[in-house]
Amino acid sequence: MSETQFYSLRVNGKQREVTDAWLGESLLYVLRERLGLPGSKGACEQGECGSCTVIIDGAAVCSCLVLAASAVDTDITTIEGYSDGALTDVQQAFIDEGAVQCGFCTPGLIVAVHHLLEHTPRPSEMKVKEALSGNICRCTGYGRIFAAVTRVIEQRDHQ
Amino acid sequence: MSIHLPQTLNEALHMLQVVPHAQILAGGTDFMVEVNFNKHGVHDVIALRHVDELKKWSHDTVAGVVTIGAAVPYADMEHGELAQLFPALAEAARTVGSPQIRAAGTLGGNLGTCSPAGDALPVLFALNAVINVASTHATRSIPVADFMRGPKRNDLAQDELIVSVTIKTVAGWQGYAKVGTRNAMVISVASASLVLDHVNNSSRIALGSVGPTIIRCIQAEQWLQGVYDFTSHQALDDSIATEFGQRVSQESRPIDDHRSTALYRRHAVGVLAKRLLQRGSAQ
Repeated sequence: MSETQFYSLRVNGKQREVTDAWLGESLLYVLRERLGLPGSKGACEQGECGSCTVIIDGAAVCSCLVLAASAVDTDITTIEGYSDGALTDVQQAFIDEGAVQCGFCTPGLIVAVHHLLEHTPRPSEMKVKEALSGNICRCTGYGRIFAAVTRVIEQRDHQ
Repeated sequence: MSIHLPQTLNEALHMLQVVPHAQILAGGTDFMVEVNFNKHGVHDVIALRHVDELKKWSHDTVAGVVTIGAAVPYADMEHGELAQLFPALAEAARTVGSPQIRAAGTLGGNLGTCSPAGDALPVLFALNAVINVASTHATRSIPVADFMRGPKRNDLAQDELIVSVTIKTVAGWQGYAKVGTRNAMVISVASASLVLDHVNNSSRIALGSVGPTIIRCIQAEQWLQGVYDFTSHQALDDSIATEFGQRVSQESRPIDDHRSTALYRRHAVGVLAKRLLQRGSAQ
């Protein structure tokens, strides 16, 4: 794809054209500003806050640290890809437990929690803390976020 | 400006030949921070994301040698067989950034950036790792101590790519310790990796973030060899651990910077060395 400004990304199962973009743009920027997917949030732009967490080829990564044009031929899932309008069980649990205050970190946390529970349906408390250690929340103090995760685990167990 | 996405190692090496001064993009965790903050521009990039050869590792059980591809992410070193083979590497991997960073960041990237604070680097020094690099016309294997030339400087030529890291398995204890301002998501203020080699009855200790490069403490290692038998399984005298820490501390060459002071770093790295030796000798 040398010298071209056009490339295409597979986001939430759909092939999306990116046109007229500077090739140095991060995936976060392309998602938000070019593909109309503003769910992933940008805060630190250096991989510290986790607000921009997306799934690329099965791995949870910071989209601010992905050169968008290098993510061609990968499967990208954003927060928008988890729901077709209805809330997911993780989102509902965040609401029920009051795990959302300003809400800026929430999309990244929701993606990280879905990813954790897909791979580890019954994580230990330490495992939950470790899995969410890359998602910084400055409002809740994490207690309610952990309570929301516990709620989801219990609900899924009863299903 | 162009972005190249080679599918094979040969293709990557060829691109490096035809696109002079191309920037190599591995996990992106250093590269994109610089781009996002306009610290450097983006010109021609060779992104290694699709080069599967670089994402593999292998264990030659006969030779006792493990070869880890340059693009193997830290997440793969935290648990499983690699973690059992090199517990110190697993401990270092677990302290790198966050799960998101560890899913992206690679050994090759750590070596390419060659920061004295690179978490894996003290471990590679303590394990006497060898860095395998290649160009279209040649391959070289360089001991890590010769590969790292200075702060953010390495031995890589313009047309060379870091392909893999070769490490011999060691019979004996190994560990890693790091100090930072918090537990997760932190760049080290001081770090150390200790390997106790039971076969050769010797030790190797390497320090991070307390000098322009990773520092091997040869004098402290030699002193320890004279006063303690690693194979004896006898309890380590507390005074030996303390003096080892002091000697390691003396061999560090820290500076004051935005992350800490030289005074604190010199003290902290001695404490880390003492604790590592106490842990290792208790096994």
